[in-house]
Amino acid sequence: MLDAPPDQVLDCIGLFCPMPILKTRETMKGMAVGQRLEMLSDDPASEADMKSWTGRTGHELLSIERHGAVFRFLVRKTR
Amino acid sequence: MARSSASSSARHGSRAAAGVSRVYLDYAGFSPVDPRVLAVMRPFLEGGIGNPAAPHSLGFEARDSLDGARAKVARLFGGAPAGVIFTATATEANNLALRGLAARASGRHVVTSAVEHISVLNACRELEKQGYGVTSVPVDADGRVDPDAIARAIRRDTALVSVTAASGEIGTLQPVREIGRIARAHGVPFHVDAVGALGRVPLAVDECGVDLLTASSNDLCGPPGAAALWIRGEIKLAPLTLGGGQEGGYRSGTENLPAIVGMGVAADLVRSEGPAEVARLSALRDRLVDGLLAGVAGSRVTGARGAGRLPHHASLLIPGVKADAVLMELDFRGVSASSGSACATLTGQPSHVLRAIGCDDAMAESSLCFTLGRWTTAPEIDVVIDVLPAIVTRLRRLAP
Repeated sequence: MLDAPPDQVLDCIGLFCPMPILKTRETMKGMAVGQRLEMLSDDPASEADMKSWTGRTGHELLSIERHGAVFRFLVRKTR
Repeated sequence: MARSSASSSARHGSRAAAGVSRVYLDYAGFSPVDPRVLAVMRPFLEGGIGNPAAPHSLGFEARDSLDGARAKVARLFGGAPAGVIFTATATEANNLALRGLAARASGRHVVTSAVEHISVLNACRELEKQGYGVTSVPVDADGRVDPDAIARAIRRDTALVSVTAASGEIGTLQPVREIGRIARAHGVPFHVDAVGALGRVPLAVDECGVDLLTASSNDLCGPPGAAALWIRGEIKLAPLTLGGGQEGGYRSGTENLPAIVGMGVAADLVRSEGPAEVARLSALRDRLVDGLLAGVAGSRVTGARGAGRLPHHASLLIPGVKADAVLMELDFRGVSASSGSACATLTGQPSHVLRAIGCDDAMAESSLCFTLGRWTTAPEIDVVIDVLPAIVTRLRRLAP
């Protein structure tokens, strides 16, 4: 179900590169394949960083929403 | 090159501390502290000295020592000693320069470059979040900023131009003097992150039109835990740390006097030994680069060549291998080097500096960085020239 709540939420508000990616990677390690992580970030670079990171790692970037300065990324663990 | 016995014993002492047989080529990551610096610091750690703010004789002495270090550091770049604000790290100094100045300026725009240290980059992102405009000027294939591009980026509301004197990742020197002239002509303060360049290339604040300058103790073979932001008299900042008003109110908190005294001594040593040491290191660096380019097929230098880059800095791309695998193999053979970007190593993402000079992801993954320093010798350089080609051949054979 698309609007089901994510399996985990990671709040990276106030943090800058490399922390949002590092924390996302660490959190994903503890999740099962198929589970979804919601990551919140207000780093202006986080959109480009998350697109690049998911592209490289193969995890699926399901959606990017922006509420004011805050990005909400939804990522599915694929492996 | 003839050296005094005191100097060679000092060299040996610190090499032993750094690990006798290890070939250490990551001076930009950490520089062993010069024993002559440690000797001066020791009494400040062991006692008999007070807090510089203390109302007794030990405090007065501490204050004198603090001011002495301020003068020594300022002399390294020809600035007025009163402009030196001691901080704990260069990252803190860069933050104070950018965020501190922006908070007091009427303009809401900052000009910077695409090859800055992560502390400048993230300070700019914080300003962006607060609604400031940030223009990041691109660089050419060598990583050099075009001064005319800085001129075009300056707007009526530009509060600050901040450009590094040299990229720590690819070693390219920036045209600081030309940028300074342009900033001054537009009446915009100019900040230079001079961490890698100080003591290695000529950099005098008046000649280069610099209004704020970041310096690091450890890059001068002084202790970690001390750094400085220098500001010209008319520059006003909002402090980032509030408290008892130390460092002219710009950086409250009891000063780390042993480290600051050490930074002063380190600055003096660099100033007196600088030119000879720069020539020695630049010859060793050229020997390393020539040896690796000849020994490793397909390798090429990143950043500028010769006089256009930091004299102690070599960075290369080695197609067909991943830097982290090469660094591990080098480490097994007793050689410490780096990829040039700790941030990129942590995230596995290509660094912003390599992207800025046009490297794709695969190229960026193959970037190696060697930084030489006070205890680097020719036989050590030859170890790297000897072992690296075989490591690369083996890894390329293993690659899918």
